[in-house]
Amino acid sequence: MPGTVGAFTRLFAVQGAWNYETLMGNGIAFCMEPLLRPLAPERYRAALARQARYFNGHPYFMGVAVGALARAELDGESPERIERFRTALCGPLGSVGDQLVWAGWLPVCSLVALGAFAMGAGALTTVVLFLLLYNVGHVALRAWGLRVGLSRGMRVAPALANPVLRQGPLVLARVAAVLGGIVLPLALKRVIGPGRVLAGAVAVIAIFGAVLVARFGARAPGWRAALLLLALFVLYSVIR
Amino acid sequence: MSSVLLNTLPIAVLGAVLGLDMVSFPQAMLSRPIVSATVAGAFVGRPGGGLLIGAVLELIALETLPFGASRYAEWGTAGAVGGAIVASEPATSAGALCVGTFAALATAVFSSRSMVWLREWNARDARSMRVALDAGSPDAVNAVQLRGLAADMVRGFLVTLIALLVLYPLSQQILAVWHTDAAVSRAVVTTVAATVGVGAVWTVSQRTARAGWLFVLGLAVGTALVFLK
Repeated sequence: MPGTVGAFTRLFAVQGAWNYETLMGNGIAFCMEPLLRPLAPERYRAALARQARYFNGHPYFMGVAVGALARAELDGESPERIERFRTALCGPLGSVGDQLVWAGWLPVCSLVALGAFAMGAGALTTVVLFLLLYNVGHVALRAWGLRVGLSRGMRVAPALANPVLRQGPLVLARVAAVLGGIVLPLALKRVIGPGRVLAGAVAVIAIFGAVLVARFGARAPGWRAALLLLALFVLYSVIR
Repeated sequence: MSSVLLNTLPIAVLGAVLGLDMVSFPQAMLSRPIVSATVAGAFVGRPGGGLLIGAVLELIALETLPFGASRYAEWGTAGAVGGAIVASEPATSAGALCVGTFAALATAVFSSRSMVWLREWNARDARSMRVALDAGSPDAVNAVQLRGLAADMVRGFLVTLIALLVLYPLSQQILAVWHTDAAVSRAVVTTVAATVGVGAVWTVSQRTARAGWLFVLGLAVGTALVFLK
């Protein structure tokens, strides 16, 4: 279909104008614009205006929305049906993506990279391994989304019941759990260096601390608590 | 003049690219600290130092799930600042890892706030173009998107530049009077990072049946491997 390559390239910048009012609305219109060019000028402008309004979802799944909505516009669906379909897409595209990518694929790839570091891999190997592994999934997901959206149009919902999307978060969470358990002590050991007693002490304190983070994490993000603790330690190391 | 000062502008440009990756373009996770800190370390001439702090920050970043409108640490610029500071110190420096991690987290506070300002600016920009957007102007759509991307690059550049100009001299002064032993310093920073990392993996595992047990099993295997090595 004309404009597919342009739309796919633009998908990588779908969040370029992310804001608290229209969220990804402008990004959706920006990505869809090459696909809408075959429309007559009046319908082209009406479609672009409609798509530039509020939209939200997971960025990697925006291909599904861009493809399906562009197909609906090209097929001449009524504006009311497109508006309803657009609203209905937001929720599923957000929740599926968040669970699959942010809470699944990203932590797994991150732990693989930490595992490589723990096993003694150098800087180049660790970085290249992480980026290649992560982006195989990332780019494949964006390409799949646009293809399935363009081919199915407003009948895209069954595609979101794909077994990979339904079972993927569950499998990835289990992989992350077991991988995290194995990798974290080994990564700590490499950072700390020689000394089993010190490594053991760090591990025990970290596990007790983690219980506190898991218990109170929602109230204070761990990275902000880490900043506070390190600030205190820096102060201690300077003035003692 | 030290190498990091000579490299301030290239690292600020690197910070612009890495900061842009976090949300706007292309979200390929160049902004993850294990990448950003390592690349910044390579810019300064010691990628190994960058990788070390990158691994520490990655443990902390395991907690970050960048869900839409939530406010989270922006690790691209933070990793670049931390990586540059650690890599500019000799590998034997007692407090470099600790001070570098502190500087990276301080940068993350600033960069996290800067993302809120950027999103507010993007909203004002889109509002100012509302008439043209409602008329379906492709030029307006493209202009809002490209200005947003450019503004994010400028944001990343400025955050990195300002953070380096403030935090690099400060870190030099701190390290000049650092009194804690190297092993203890590393142990403290590792404990803090591990606490956040273990907590993050535990939290993820609690959302899935049996994953908690798999995590405990993995911890037992990992701990055994540490003591067998």
